[in-house]
Parts: sequence; structure tokens; C-alpha cells
Amino acid sequence: MQRNLFTYIWRHSRPEQIVILGLVVLAQVFYFMSLTVPKSVINNGIQGNAFKDSKTIPFLVFELDLSAILPGKIIRIFDGFQVNQLGYLVTMSFVFLGAVIVNGLFKKSINTQKGRMGERMLRRLRYELYDRILRFPPAHFRKVKQAELATMIKDEVEPLGGFIGDAFVQPMFLGGQALTAIIFIMMQNWLLGIVVVVLLAAQMAIIPRLRRPVLVLGRLRQISARQLAGRIAETADGVHEIHIHGAANYERADISERLGRIFKIRFDLYQKKFVAKFWNNILSQATPFAIFLIGGYFAITGQMDVGAVVGVLLAYKDLPSPIKELIDWDQQRQDVQIKYEQVIDQFQPEGMMPEALQAIPDGPPPPLGRELALAGVTVSEDGRVKQLDSVSMVLPTCSKLAVIGGSSSGKDVLGQVLARITLPSAGSIKIDGSDFFQLPEYVLGARTSYVGQETYLFPISVRDNLLFGLKIRPITPAKYDDKTRAERELFWKEAERAGNPALDPTADWIDYELAGATGPADLLPRIVEALKQVELDEDIYALGLRGTVDPALRPDLAERILKARHELHGRLQDPSYAGLIETFNGDRYNRNLSVAENILFGTPLGKDFAGDNIAVDPYMQSVLRATGIDLDLQRMGLTIAETMVELFSGLSPDNPLFEQYSFISADELPNVRLLLQRLGGKGIDAVPEADRPRLMTLPFRYIEARHRLGLIDAEMEERLLAARHAFASSLPEPLRGAVEFYDFQRYNSAATLQDNILFGRLVYGQAQGEQRIGTLTSDVLNELGLHNSVIEVGLEYNVGVGGKRLTATQRQKLGIARALIKRPQLLVVNEAVAAFDGRTQDRIRDNILATAKKDDRGVVWIANRPSQAEPFEQIVVMQGGRIAAQGKPSELAAKGGLYAELMAS
Amino acid sequence: MNLNEEVELLKGVPILSKIEPAKLKLLAFTSERVNYAEGQELCHQGDPGDAMYVILGGVADVLIDTPTGQIQVAEMKKNDFLGEIAVLCDVPRTATIKAREPLSTLKISKDTFYRMVGEFPTMAIEIMRELAHRVEDTNKKLREATANKAA
Repeated sequence: MQRNLFTYIWRHSRPEQIVILGLVVLAQVFYFMSLTVPKSVINNGIQGNAFKDSKTIPFLVFELDLSAILPGKIIRIFDGFQVNQLGYLVTMSFVFLGAVIVNGLFKKSINTQKGRMGERMLRRLRYELYDRILRFPPAHFRKVKQAELATMIKDEVEPLGGFIGDAFVQPMFLGGQALTAIIFIMMQNWLLGIVVVVLLAAQMAIIPRLRRPVLVLGRLRQISARQLAGRIAETADGVHEIHIHGAANYERADISERLGRIFKIRFDLYQKKFVAKFWNNILSQATPFAIFLIGGYFAITGQMDVGAVVGVLLAYKDLPSPIKELIDWDQQRQDVQIKYEQVIDQFQPEGMMPEALQAIPDGPPPPLGRELALAGVTVSEDGRVKQLDSVSMVLPTCSKLAVIGGSSSGKDVLGQVLARITLPSAGSIKIDGSDFFQLPEYVLGARTSYVGQETYLFPISVRDNLLFGLKIRPITPAKYDDKTRAERELFWKEAERAGNPALDPTADWIDYELAGATGPADLLPRIVEALKQVELDEDIYALGLRGTVDPALRPDLAERILKARHELHGRLQDPSYAGLIETFNGDRYNRNLSVAENILFGTPLGKDFAGDNIAVDPYMQSVLRATGIDLDLQRMGLTIAETMVELFSGLSPDNPLFEQYSFISADELPNVRLLLQRLGGKGIDAVPEADRPRLMTLPFRYIEARHRLGLIDAEMEERLLAARHAFASSLPEPLRGAVEFYDFQRYNSAATLQDNILFGRLVYGQAQGEQRIGTLTSDVLNELGLHNSVIEVGLEYNVGVGGKRLTATQRQKLGIARALIKRPQLLVVNEAVAAFDGRTQDRIRDNILATAKKDDRGVVWIANRPSQAEPFEQIVVMQGGRIAAQGKPSELAAKGGLYAELMAS
Repeated sequence: MNLNEEVELLKGVPILSKIEPAKLKLLAFTSERVNYAEGQELCHQGDPGDAMYVILGGVADVLIDTPTGQIQVAEMKKNDFLGEIAVLCDVPRTATIKAREPLSTLKISKDTFYRMVGEFPTMAIEIMRELAHRVEDTNKKLREATANKAA
């Protein structure tokens, strides 16, 4: 990237700059016209000066009044028609209006074009910077902070966009104005002219100098703000450490110190700025001072007539404003130049990856090659400690190799080198004779795979994370209708104008062939297979059961889930399952549902009936009043309140039992107790109106089977059922969308898959009820061939930032599955299973090894435990960054030594 | 069976008999009613203990693993309290308990129990006293047994 901002701007926006410049010059003509017309309207149209001698005057005399630049200079182009005074007034008024409109249109067009050019350049710059991040050498990320990179691309280059539009036009335009005025002064009196020029030159020389400290401080301000952003991100990243070690105040001290330094820089900046402004004002007034003094002296001594002095002063009137703006422009130029340099310096580390390595392939990526040859590969960060020390070996890409060694043996670094995420400081790696490090990333990405000890997941669905490694190039373009297509074409054209690639993220990027599928239709079995290899399929299945399906989008699946519901309920008739599930039955009270759920008898959508809202919903209250059950419920609330006060009063407010079991929170309990004391056992009629809603929420949460307070007898059940029916039958139109009622024949789009299949509630307190129903559900889904469909729903689960919504083991398993699904020719597993328990580690290793053997693909297994190496064909033993021994397990065992030692440990 | 009936029943359990009814009610409310079908296990010998049980109805067998197989050493019925050793002493289950017929229990989880004891030390004292009685009882039997043997 050019270090000079102007070169950069000129190079990428030359044609646009020239067009805008042309427009600016053209606009001046109309600008001057709009200035001269009013004078004619007043003098001739209204006062009738021109009509004193004759009734009519020639009109449409086309003349250019250049008096703003060259006083008195008028060019007559056309002699015009004869008009009278009124006609003249009317026409001239319209001419004025026209000139104003044209002038405005020019202004609008120029500003729009400037804006577009600026935004385009900003887009280009941002893209180039981002592009560079993708090409940074891996080691560079140990030095830069991500928040600082983000701040630079997002905030620091932003002001450049505004400046770019004015970068060339402004100085040309202002310079032109200033030059005209100076020439005019020179024409009046060359001596005076020279004085003016000298003073201006002094201004131009001194003022930027005064402003230099301001710029230096500006740079400091930029850097300190960037570091602040980095520091804040560090606090967020290390927040647990801060809490664990009680270091919050130490962090506060650091931030306070930084903010103090930033304050000082900013305050200094103000001081310097105003000093510069002060001198700027003084200097700009020095010129009229000189004209008065010297011009006056010439006039008095008769070397110059008074008119000429006045003329010079008048010409000078037009001079300060362009000069001032020029100086401002120059200030802005230096400011953005510094900002630009500051930013791009951070984006040119040594050892950037050449662009060609990240090219997009035209077709399927070629195979990797047959053999990797490492010669004298050394990795050393500072030149002294050698993490890898002259490692030489030949590694066929189809070999099944295990690398074992102690914790600082360098085995993990070897794995990283093979994945090219650590670059050797010396030595070479050749693949079939050509440089491994010149291999395009698409070959590496498609044909090799690497899993390290920690897996990063993007905050997208499980599926998108899993298929991330298949998205090397767009395979099938997205299909658009004509209108969208045209829009997209325009969008891409614009992208190209700003030097951005016209790649379509909505195209299908998934390389199905890599995964061994032919298209979207048969990808799922491959996904399931990969999940099975890492034993993640059951977890995703469980996520799927907890997921929802929109029947509008997947009518087939909803249909089949309904079938599963029927099948399951058929099986539940078996006496051995009796009493495990209480089915949703519209005509029966469900003792395993809360009162709220019983009345609603459906899944709430939106907020109207969710949680405690249902108790205070006006429609619900009207239903309760109409069915005459409201008082009973309030009475029930009172009983619950009394019981809670009785049970929980002696407990300290922070006891977890409160949160787990109490209907009333610890904070609220004293208030409720007061209320009960005031009532003195007088019953519900004595409860003030204001306290009733609070009592109302309590019975709504009550589940007879769980809480066992014996509050709902058969008669109460009947009445609650009546309320349920009344609620559903007169539900007003606007609330129809707020609840999806339970209906055995319909799929419930708001409920999870599991709830849809179950269509009932697990009965409380049945030993192993949940497991048995889980197994039964799973059996039913398997028999109906729905197991994979449930996994498919689970795949849509969003893993959250950094995959935090999955457990650490699940994240790691997903990372391995992501590496497996593309069936790499060479897979490097770098202690990636260390997080699992011993038996799981071995099972996953066996799965991976078995598939590799079947398809004749290579595996390099960097073992976290030496014993994992046993089933591999070749073993490399490492120690102190060197290869200590190498060979078949049997050969190594025969030799003994370090191998035997490690295996015994 | 509702909460009040459960409380009445708990009063009849020796180890809990001295605890004031209000606390028993809280204990019952924070405990879970769990029903077992015939043949289902409440706990398995050697597993870590996470709960104690009061039998509300039905009969359960207490089984102990021996080199020759499982043998029944006792039976538990209504009002019996079981599983307290694993919870109080933090040792694995010392026996397997299996429902002989449909069994209804109140399951008091270890966490809930410890939280309640932490909150109401008098409860701990009552339980301690009851356990001490049991030890004394065992000692007495032991003395009698040794005396008989000597005689």
C-alpha cells in the first residue's frame, strides 16, 4: 500500500476526481449568474433605471458577469429581444429562479459525487486492510490485539472518507480563487501585490508550523484511544481472572491512569489548538494592516491614487476566506495523512502471505501430492530457544503416523508446522519436490485438515460450523428472480468499483464432493457419520429434541413428527408405561401442569401469556370473572401465601431453597407477611384491591402433582376446566396469535420437537420416568426413520459466541468433526482429544484411524498420551525439539530407550 | 397424599420425630415424592449417595452383595428411613434397596437436607440425639451378645 495518502487517492479515484473538478468549474458560471441577476431585477425591473430613456430594452443579452473575479469585466454574447419594464421584471425573476435551481442542482450533484467517491475509497481502504488481516503471518496475531485491529478499520479510517472527496477539488478551487485575487492586486500595484504575496507566504509557512504540535498530539490521541479499546477488550476477555484474583481495583487503577493520560493529551491539544488559532487570526489581519499602511503611504505621497488603494482593498476582501480554507484544508490533509500512515503501518507486518496463495480455484482443488519431505525444519521464536530443532523426515501423505514425546518435546509444534500455522525459521518442507509453503491455501484447506487442542467456533449454527471447512469457493451461484438479479448485478458492479471482490456469500459455497456427497440432498448422512465418529450425534439429537420446527417451512417433518406422536401414544397404552405421562386432554384437568398452563391449554407465543403476565392479562381476568373463579383463585393465592410464610419465614434470605422452592421471593416475603398480619385471618374479602394481583400470580404457578398442597379438588378441577373452555371460545381476534392451543391432530409450531411428540407432561415422581420415556421416544423416532431429521433440527442450534453455548467437550468434538467431514487426504490431530476421558480418546482415535485405513488417507496423530500411539503404523518419538527415534511400534519396542520409557509411563 | 399427610407421616419416623412440625413441613415441601414400580432400585450398593428416603407406602428389600451373590438382609416398610448413612457419612451406598411391591417414597436430597440443617441447628441436634440413641442401642446389644457368648 502507498504510504502517501494522496498517491493512494489519486491512483484509485482519478477519473472521478477529474469529473468533479469539471463540474465545479462549470458550476461557477451559474453561481455568478445567480449573483448578478438580482442586481438587474432591482435596478431595471423595479426601479426602472434602464427604462428611463425608452419603453423597451433589449433582453436576453447574454453576458457573463465576471466581476466577482475580474471587477468590471462583462462579456456580451447575445444582444437579445426588446421587452417592457413589467415583462422584464417577470422574465428576470424567473431567470433568477432558474439560476438558483440550476446552481442548487450543481451543488447537489457535486456533493453527491464527492460523497460517493469518498465512501467508495473508504470501502476500498477498509477492504484492503481486512484483506491484509487474512494474509498476516500467523505469528503476527501474537502481537496485535483484535480490538485494536477492529478500531483501526472501523473508526480510525472513517474521517478519511470525508476528506477524500475534497482532496483535490478543494485546493484547486480555493487556489484558483486566491490566485485570481492576487493577480488582480498585482495589476493594481505590483509593489503592494508583492507585499501581499510575501505576507501570505509567511502565513502559509508559519501557521502549519504552529499546528505541527497539534498534529503530533493528534497522533498520540489516536494511539492512546486505540490502546484503550484494546485494554477494554482485555478486561472483557479476562473478566473471570479479574474476579477470581480480586484484581478489579488494580484494573481500575490502570484504566484511570490511561484516561488521565488521554485527558492530558486532549487538553494539551486544546491549548495548542487555540494558540495556533490566535496566531492565525493575527497573521491574517497583517495583510490589511500592510495594505492600509503601505497603500496609505503611497496614496499620501502620490505614488498611487486612492481609487487603486480601495480597489486593492476590495480585491483583498475576497482573499482571506479561500486562504483560510486552504490552510484548514492543509491541516486536515496532514491530519488524515498521519491517521492513514498510523493505520497502514500496523497492517504491513513482515512475511505477509502473497495474494496468489489465497486465490479462488476455478474448479475442484487438486490433490495434495504424495509425499512431504521435511529438511532441517527449525522453529525458534527469538533465535535461541528452539522449539523444533533441525527436524528432517519423509512423510507420505497417506501414512498413519503417531508422534509421541514429553510436554516440551516439540511434538505440538511439529503438528502446527504441518498445518502451516507456525512457520519454520529455518529448513524447508517440500511436497513432491515443490515448496510446501507456496501451496495455495485452497489445496491445503481442501486436502488437509488440522485440529488443535482448542477449537474456535463461530457464533453460527452447529451445521454452519461443521460445514465451514467445505466453503472454499462458490460452487453453485445463488438463484435470483430477474429483479433481484438486476439489483445484485448493480451491487457487484459497485463492489468492483471499490476494489472489492464480487463474491456472493448467498451462493452455495458447500463443496459437497469434498464431503463425499453429491448435493444438499445426501449431505445429511455424511454429517451424521462425522458426528458419530466423534460421538457427538446423541448430543445434537438431544439439541434437536429441544429445537423447534416451523411447519410452514418443513411441512413434511411436522407431518412425520405428528405420526411419531400417534405412534408414541399408541405405545404408551402398554401397562408398563402406565402413569408416566399425563396426556394433554382438552376435557380433563392435568395435575402435572400449572394452573396457568391448564387454563391456557396451549403454548404462549409472544409476551401476552408468557410467565407471570398471564395472571394480570386483562382478557384472562375477564374470563376468570365471567366464570366466577377469580375469587376462588385469590383464595387459593391467600392459602399459598400463608403456607409460604409459614414454611420459609425462618430461612435466611440467601438460602438457595428460596429460589428453588418458594412461590414468593425472599425480598417479597416480609411484605406478604405484613399483609397477612393485617388481614388477621379475615379471608379474601378483606384483601385490599391493590394487593390482589400479587395474590393472583401465586395460584397460577401452582402444580398440584408437584407442590402437593391439596388445593385443587375435583370440584375445583371442573371449574378450572370451565375457565379453560371459556378462555378458548371467546378469545378475541388480536390475541389469537398469542397462544397455540394443544390439539392432538395438529403440530404445535411454538413447542419443541420433544413436547410435540410427547403431547403431555411427565408425571412427577415416577422413578426413572424421564429415562424410560426418553428411550421410548428415541425408539419411536428411530423406527419411523426420524432420528436423522431430529439431528438435522439440532444442527440448526446456534453455538453462541465462541461456541460458549456448547460444553467444552462438545466444542472440541465439533471441531474434530469439522476436520473429518471434508475427508482430508492428510489429517493432523494435535492433542485434540486431550479434553476427553481416556476411553473416549481411544474410541475417537480408533474411529478416525479406521476410516483413514479404509479410504487410504493419512493421519498424523500427535498423541497427548504415548499409549495412544500403539495402533499406528509408524511412530516418531520426539525429545527437546528433535526426533529421537522413528519406526514401526515393534521395531521401537525392540530398541527400548525413550520409546519404552514413554510407553511405560 | 398431600403435604399435611406427609408431615403427619414424617412425625412417626424416629429420626425425625423430635423435629418441630413446621420444619418437617418445609422438609416435606422441598422434598420430592418418588414412586417406584416393583423391581426398581432406589439406590445401588457402591454408588455415591445423593439422597435419603422415607417410605410412605409399600415394602422394599435391602440387599447386600456377597461373593456368592446378592442376599437380602432386611426389609423396609412404611415410616422407615433409609439412605442416611451414605448422605451423613459421605460414603458409597452400603446396600442396594429394591422395591418389592409398588413403593411410594419421599426423597430428601442431600443438598436440601444440608441446607436445612445449616439453617436450623436444632434439627441437627435432634438427629444427633436420635443417632446417639441408636449407637447406645447397638452397644447394648453388643454387650449382651458378648455376655451371652462368655456365658
